[in-house]
Amino acid sequence: VKVAIADYGAGNLRSLSSALVRAGVEPYVTTDPDAVRHAPLALIAGVGHVESAAAGLARHGLDDALRERVGARRPVAGICVGMQLLFGASEEGGTGLGLLSGPVRRLRARRVPHMGWNTLTTSRPSAILDGLDGADVYFAHSYAAEPEDDGVTVAVVDHDGPLVAAVESGCLAAVQFHPERSAEAGARVLDNLVRWSRSA
Amino acid sequence: MVKKRVIPCLDVAAGRVVKGVNFENLREMGDPIELARRYSELGADELVFLDITATLEGRGPILELIGRAAEELTIPFTAGGGVTGVDDARGLLLAGADKVAVNRAAFDEPAMLSALAAEFGSQAVVVAIDARAGEVVTHAGREPRERDAVDWALEAVERGAGEILLTSIDADGTRAGYDLELTRSVADAVEVPVIASGGAGETRHLAEAFEAGAEAALVASIVHERPERLPELKAELRDAGWPIRS
Repeated sequence: VKVAIADYGAGNLRSLSSALVRAGVEPYVTTDPDAVRHAPLALIAGVGHVESAAAGLARHGLDDALRERVGARRPVAGICVGMQLLFGASEEGGTGLGLLSGPVRRLRARRVPHMGWNTLTTSRPSAILDGLDGADVYFAHSYAAEPEDDGVTVAVVDHDGPLVAAVESGCLAAVQFHPERSAEAGARVLDNLVRWSRSA
Repeated sequence: MVKKRVIPCLDVAAGRVVKGVNFENLREMGDPIELARRYSELGADELVFLDITATLEGRGPILELIGRAAEELTIPFTAGGGVTGVDDARGLLLAGADKVAVNRAAFDEPAMLSALAAEFGSQAVVVAIDARAGEVVTHAGREPRERDAVDWALEAVERGAGEILLTSIDADGTRAGYDLELTRSVADAVEVPVIASGGAGETRHLAEAFEAGAEAALVASIVHERPERLPELKAELRDAGWPIRS
C-alpha cells in the first residue's frame, strides 16, 4: 500500500517514513498534488507552525488536493502539526484547511511545550486507537486543536487539564502525539491507521 | 499527567561514546547506535547525543550518525555538540534529530534560537546551558562567561527555546547528585521543561531533581557501566510515587 506524505517543506520526515515502512506500507514524500489525490492514504505530518505549513501546502496546490480527497471521502490522516492543519484558525497565526471545525489554541499549563510521554484516555471506541487506552505516547507541542464537535474526539491526555490527543471522523483521522517516536504503542497506532485507511 | 523522563546521554567523540569526570579524562564506552538501541529496549524515555569534541576541534556535527539514529530509533532524541550556528542546527534537524541542543552558538548569537523556533517550532529547540557556581560556562566547561544561568535561561526561552538542558559542571561525573539549587532556580523561573544534568549517582538523586522542578533527568556514567541499571532506576522512581513510563 502506498502512503503519500504531503511535503510542505517543514523538516525531516525520515523517522516517520521509517516507522511506516515498519508498518508494512510504502511511504513516499511528495509535493505532487496528483500523487496526494490518488494515493490510498494521504498523510500530513511534520513540525513547525500552522501558518508556514498551510502556506507550504498551498504553494504546491496540496491544500486543494487534500480537500478534493476529503470531498471524495478518501482517507486523510494528520500527525502533530498535521492534526492542527485539519482545523481552523490558530492562535499561533495562520489557518488550517478547515476540514474539521474548531480553533487551534496555545496550551494553558505550567509547562509549555507539553513535552514527553503522557497517557491516552480514550473517550470512545475508534479504529486508530484500538487497544491503546491507557498507553503512553510521546508529545511535543505548544498548541492544540479544540474541536467544536466533541464527537470527533477519540482520546484526551491530561496536562493541567484535558487536551485532545486524537480525532477520528469519517475519512479523517489525526493524532497530536508522535507515533513514530512512541515505541511499541506508536507502532500500533500506525498499524491501526493503515488498517483504518482501508476501510475509511 | 506527563511522565517524568529519564534520558541517557551519549557523549560522542570521534564516533564513539565516551564519559569523563568534570569534562576531563575521557573513557570509551561503545558504539553510539548500538548503545542507543540497547537503552531504547531498556525503557529510555528519550536520548541525547552530544558531540563533545566538536566545539574544541571546530568540526561540523555528526550528521551520518543522526540519520541512522532517526531511522533506527523509535523514541525521540536530541542532537547537539559542535553547533556553530543556525545552519549547523538546521542540518541536524533535517538529518532527523527530533530536537537540536545549542550551547555556545546560542549564547554568542541568541537570535539563532528565534530563527530555529520560527522554522521548526520551539519544541525542537533545546538550549544547553553549562553552569559552574550558578554562572554560564562554555567550550566544554573551559570558558566562564560571567552571566547568571537563570538570566540566560530566561532570555533563551524568550527568544524561542522550548526546553533547557541544564548541566552543572561542578557536579558532572561526580555521582554526588544534581545541583539542586541551580535546577530549582532555573525551573522556577521558566515555563519550559528543564532537564537536570550532571551528577546522577543513585535513584534518590533523580527524585531530588524532580522535586526541584526538573521534568527530566539526564543520566550517563550511572547507566553506561551497566545499562540494566536504567529499568531499575525507573522502577525505583515509580515505587517512590513518581509518574514514570513503564
